[in-house]
Amino acid sequence: MSPHGETLTVPGTPAVATAAGSASVAGPASAGATTRRRRARWAPYLFVGPAGLLFLAFSLVPIVIAVALSFQDTATLGEGSWVGADNYRTMLSDPLLRTALLNTLVFTVGTVPTAMAIGLALAVALNRPLPGRGLLRALFFVPMVAAGVVVGVIMSWIFNPDYGVANNALRAVGLEGLPWLTSPRTAMLTLVLVVVWTRIGFCMVIYLGALQSIPSELREAAAIDGASRWQRFRRLTVPMLAPTTSILLILNVVFSLQAFDVIYVMTGGGPGFSTTVLIQYVFRSAFADARMGYAAALGLLLVLILLVFTLLRQRATKKAEELL
Amino acid sequence: MTATAVRPAPVTLPRPGRSSRERRSHRRRWLLTAGLTAVAILVVFPLYWMVVSALTPGGQSQSSEFYLWPDAPTVGNFTEVFATQPVWRWLGNSLLVASVGTALSVCVSLGAGYALAKYRFRGRGLLYALFLVTIMIPIQVTLVPAFLVVARLGLVDSPWAVILPTLFDVVGIFIARQFMLGVPDALIEAARLDGAGELRTFFRVVLPSCGPLVGVLVILGFMNRWNDFLWPLVVLQGNESLTVPVGLSTLTSNPAFASPWGAVMAVATVAVVPLLVVFLVFQRTFVQGIASTGIK
Repeated sequence: MSPHGETLTVPGTPAVATAAGSASVAGPASAGATTRRRRARWAPYLFVGPAGLLFLAFSLVPIVIAVALSFQDTATLGEGSWVGADNYRTMLSDPLLRTALLNTLVFTVGTVPTAMAIGLALAVALNRPLPGRGLLRALFFVPMVAAGVVVGVIMSWIFNPDYGVANNALRAVGLEGLPWLTSPRTAMLTLVLVVVWTRIGFCMVIYLGALQSIPSELREAAAIDGASRWQRFRRLTVPMLAPTTSILLILNVVFSLQAFDVIYVMTGGGPGFSTTVLIQYVFRSAFADARMGYAAALGLLLVLILLVFTLLRQRATKKAEELL
Repeated sequence: MTATAVRPAPVTLPRPGRSSRERRSHRRRWLLTAGLTAVAILVVFPLYWMVVSALTPGGQSQSSEFYLWPDAPTVGNFTEVFATQPVWRWLGNSLLVASVGTALSVCVSLGAGYALAKYRFRGRGLLYALFLVTIMIPIQVTLVPAFLVVARLGLVDSPWAVILPTLFDVVGIFIARQFMLGVPDALIEAARLDGAGELRTFFRVVLPSCGPLVGVLVILGFMNRWNDFLWPLVVLQGNESLTVPVGLSTLTSNPAFASPWGAVMAVATVAVVPLLVVFLVFQRTFVQGIASTGIK
């Protein structure tokens, strides 16, 4: 939290500080009040206006339309008929929705803790003085740069069961190739693997920033007291990182719930419905099944899940802070 | 970590003991580096493989032989795909959308961040809360309605259909506000005392102290726009008006190539390399930018 805030502000601070210093010399104490009265009322609206208008046109209006659509039966764009809460009732007895929710759970539980654990391990390792540390950090970060579509096509090719390098390598050492994306039993696992790959660099960077803000005196004191490396990690580092962990958890869950490009390119939700997560199902309902109303209702369900999760998480963090 | 398991053994003689412990910690450091290097190679391998596959002729890539470098590297895949598909147009479209979109959206974010950080005005709290809630709303939910809005404006298939709806960038506004909170009020008051107007204060006093902020916003904004997929997929239709990621996704199902994966990997390479170069040049800002999206 704070370390990144600091790194952001630090470079600007010196210039700002000197200018502020000269200002306090120049201005008498009462001047602040006079100028505040002189401040133009229109100014904030001018500055925030463009953002506000864009928000209105491309966020708020679409959301309102989406809510309206969720109460309609709309086959194609435009004309729809009001059906009350029918779409929401359909959700209760939709077996595909149950599959999608279960897949979403598996995908989220598979990706989030794994990516965070690997990111933490890499951050702890790379926080020490090691030869080639800067280069290693950069290398772990590289996958973040690639677009979801690019990741999707590369990984589809690597995991191609006939010509992909993954199976070619397995066969070269005498093992049997795996079906990867082509079997309902391994497709989800492959996707989790790929998404973890894209995510570890991000987790590592955030953890590294937090680790650097832990005073080294603390660790040294613990070492003098005879704490082993593992004890220091478990009793000192992990609790100090708790706020970062909680932020990363929220962000990673949001990323996982919204993960679309990679799944769309690699499996399109298949084989069968084995990798159809909720967001995929929303897209499918809207564009493949042309059930706009139902898709809107499903989308709002997803928003609800995201909101509930964020609020729960916030309350948990607050409670933890009170306990400490 | 493997290294954490090794504990210093109790030593009786201080001097030789210390040196052996030093040697051990030295060895441990190299072991750790070697382990991390192995993991790093694994992490970078998919991108390496993308480039290798782009340079591999169809015969070898469509085989079950294991190789790490093609026997006869060729740029044939690139020439073929550039000759048969409007890849240059895709690159041009992506560049236009990403640069114009980033430039405009950075301005929007800076203005909004400044107003939200440094002015008290009616509705500020509500506005900011509304802005933040949009982080929770996935694009799929507003995809159809947003498309209707864009269609109403008559923008379908034009680069503006991609640019306009993404100009409002909550994360950018959030980062800008956080940064602007750190700009001292005294600085702004001083400028006003000197008779500077609101706009002059912003452009001459506040903005010059926001260099690092602008760097982060530009790099983040450019990367997100260059990589954006779903929205361009929906609003762009003609093959000539696609961006690189959308064009790339159409290739995987295109039967026109002798070696479809070679062609796909060639375009993927072309899509990633510009960002990789930007990443290597501005690594610090880049990492800082990604990290700052984690502030909440």
